[in-house]
Amino acid sequence: MADLTTDFIGIKSPNPFWLASAPPTDKEYNVRRAFEAGWGGVVWKTLGEAGPPIVNVSGPRYGAIWGADRRLLGLNNIELITDRSLEINLEEIKRVKQDYPDRAIVVSLMVPVEEDAWARILDAVSTTGADGVELNFGCPHGMAERGMGSAVGQVPDYVEQIAGWVKKHSDMPCIVKLTPNIADIRMPAEAAKRGGADAVSLINTITSITSVNLDEMCPEPMIDGMGTHGGYCGPAVKPIAMNMVAQIARSPKTAGLPISGIGGITTWRDAAEFMALGAGNVQVCTAAMTYGFHIVQEMISGLSQWMDEKGYVSTADFIGKATPKVTDWQHLNLDYVTKAEIDLDLCIKCGRCYAACEDTSHQAIEMGPGRVFTVKDDECVACNLCVNVCPVEDCITMRVLEPGEVDLRTGMTIPAKDDKRTWLQHPNNPAGDPLACISRGQ
Amino acid sequence: MTHSPTTPGVVAGRLPPPVLADNFADLHPPLDAHEAAVAADRCYFCYDAPCMEACPTTIDIPLFIRQIATGTPEAAARTILDMNILGGMCARVCPTETLCEEACVRMDAEGDPVQIGRLQRFATDTLMEKGPQPYERAAPTGKTVAVVGAGPAGLACAHRLAMHGHDVKLYDARPKPGGLNEYGIASYKTVEDFAAREVEWLMGIGGIELTTGAALGNTLSLDGLVKDHDAVFLGIGLAGVNDLGIDGAGLEGVRDAVDFIADLRQSDDLSKLPVGRRVVVIGGGMTAIDAAVQAKLLGAEEVTLVYRRGREAMPASEYEQNLAAAKGVRIIDHAAPKRIVGAAQVEAVEFDYTDDDAKPTGDGFTLAADQVLKAIGQKLGDAASLKTEGGKIAITETGRTSVAGVWAGGDCATGGEDLTVTAVAHGRDAAEDIHASLMGS
Repeated sequence: MADLTTDFIGIKSPNPFWLASAPPTDKEYNVRRAFEAGWGGVVWKTLGEAGPPIVNVSGPRYGAIWGADRRLLGLNNIELITDRSLEINLEEIKRVKQDYPDRAIVVSLMVPVEEDAWARILDAVSTTGADGVELNFGCPHGMAERGMGSAVGQVPDYVEQIAGWVKKHSDMPCIVKLTPNIADIRMPAEAAKRGGADAVSLINTITSITSVNLDEMCPEPMIDGMGTHGGYCGPAVKPIAMNMVAQIARSPKTAGLPISGIGGITTWRDAAEFMALGAGNVQVCTAAMTYGFHIVQEMISGLSQWMDEKGYVSTADFIGKATPKVTDWQHLNLDYVTKAEIDLDLCIKCGRCYAACEDTSHQAIEMGPGRVFTVKDDECVACNLCVNVCPVEDCITMRVLEPGEVDLRTGMTIPAKDDKRTWLQHPNNPAGDPLACISRGQ
Repeated sequence: MTHSPTTPGVVAGRLPPPVLADNFADLHPPLDAHEAAVAADRCYFCYDAPCMEACPTTIDIPLFIRQIATGTPEAAARTILDMNILGGMCARVCPTETLCEEACVRMDAEGDPVQIGRLQRFATDTLMEKGPQPYERAAPTGKTVAVVGAGPAGLACAHRLAMHGHDVKLYDARPKPGGLNEYGIASYKTVEDFAAREVEWLMGIGGIELTTGAALGNTLSLDGLVKDHDAVFLGIGLAGVNDLGIDGAGLEGVRDAVDFIADLRQSDDLSKLPVGRRVVVIGGGMTAIDAAVQAKLLGAEEVTLVYRRGREAMPASEYEQNLAAAKGVRIIDHAAPKRIVGAAQVEAVEFDYTDDDAKPTGDGFTLAADQVLKAIGQKLGDAASLKTEGGKIAITETGRTSVAGVWAGGDCATGGEDLTVTAVAHGRDAAEDIHASLMGS
């Protein structure tokens, strides 16, 4: 059986599945339950400065969107950092770490942008035996209004400065948690690296309004007739998060910077995808908040089975394996041609492919007598929309045209495999290399 | 209680009233809002949907299901009622398993269709509970149309004509309107007096004047109707019942299944309704199934339904056959009655085994019986001078008969399948054609 043990910036855990800093890791009771359920580690919910505790709203904190059968797809929250006292949190962290020495406990922190404040909280955390700290530069609501959270994460200079303070005042491994509410995620990641951070984790939540109450004419969740934006997470944000992970993983300036992947991870497969793009481990929140802690068992068994099937012995064998395959559009092969093919044995004749193609795409599907749907190769641009809207998996697939075959839509003869053109060599590119303008019979 | 299922003869009160109430409760209880949301979620919103094609009234099923899924069942009901004003009843009695649900692509995908019938009921029930029928009449045209028969065909026709601004004189032979919806469908399919409530709701459009106790050949004549109205629509159903044509058919305890069902539907106290200890039902259609199941539910000890061909040839769907079996009805196929035996009261029925062509094989058996219900089909009553085809009034696609100014539809006319839903389609389409013809377009 595959070895799921993970070493992330020197922090060892029996599996790569950590619970992200969030309500599931707010207190001893929850964290003990999580460890009993099998989670490899937790990032303890963000601690703030000593003093009067944070106050949360006492109305609804979450909003959601749902897919078919009310499956929760996206969750939005307006909860702040821990609203329990610093002392109690520290005592609990110490107790739990003593009882679970093999599990990772990283403590999330958020204090004002003052060196003293960071020095004080690091000092306090160092007494707990925790394995590391995560700097919460991501929270987009509430705390950001007070100059913390994403207000810091959106200013690379602050990120660099605070990461520097943390490394100066502590020996603990330091992860910087990034906000996605920024134009280019690489900027704060580079800043974190410059400041000396050992890793970044991403993404924190995305600013969002999930729904509007049309009776009250008010965004939800509603607090006494008013609403505010929250932080969005859950399966809906996974594609956004994975792109950001890949951007950092493949950027020369941040290449090699360890990444803890976060954002809508719900199954072992989601985790494997983040890790293939370069995440050294993953953090989970919404899936646990939706289904409870027991889901980690599916993640563990699923990842193990897949690794065994693929012959991966340890997680290091596949971490970052897909990163080199992430490129820019201009490097894609424009001589690569595929055509949709409909398996009539699997087809249930719903006609969704036809409606999608005929109404909104390239009129490349024919509807014959008896609801027989076939692809017109001379019209099909291989956009994949039919595949995406078909309710039957693998009913519509893309066939790759072999060298020597003719694309009936363009008249182009498919060239040999190594004789390919990208946009950089394409004759239609005014800035392209004219020497590379090979005719394809178009 | 004075009797039990084993009491000999044809007697009432075989089961205690609470058991009867339970037996005759809604066959398919309505979906609640959550169940409807889950069921609606399964619809793929097919292009040119096969379910819609399979619906005799061509309801835009994917659209109404999407309207349910998005929280507007009232809009869904309008989508349904635009095509089928008796959408509430059809949601209850349509053999969806051989119509829309059989065509559902989910049958291909996983053998389990979207619950179209129950979703339709959810939508129409929601709208009907909220208030009156939602259609308004057009400006009066000054035209008057006679509609004979207040069953599904006549009601659909009358409502559509009233909507177009015509005045409708609606006639029915029975004391209550509704036709087979009121008198002829198993009561567990239309509980709580739904048929009558639906007619009252439909008539709420106004401009429809109902006269009961009036039938062709008694107070009405076709010539007179044609003379006194701008157009005539006949939705008179099948008034006659086929005969068994065997010895003993006149014995006491032998009766038509349609009468048995009508008595049951009109009964306000099922514990006073007599039923045999051993009941034999002859026939293989919906009427036979409805009669057999209800006899069993009334407390008959043994109910046997006998059909002269194979199961697959039975007009009742496989679903209906399974329903009967589940309620404890024994189904014997490939057998035809030879003789009914008894002194004054029926005592037994002798049967021949038959082949696929319903011809006797020479072998046979006898079933003890104290009640025999005949359900071997109905036939057209008085059709005046109208041309008929295969025992039904010959009509064109828009319901025109051989006589100018006279339209017909429903069970009495050609082209239907003796279903409520086809009758509604006939009535609706005839009304549109009458309207076009009266308005000269």
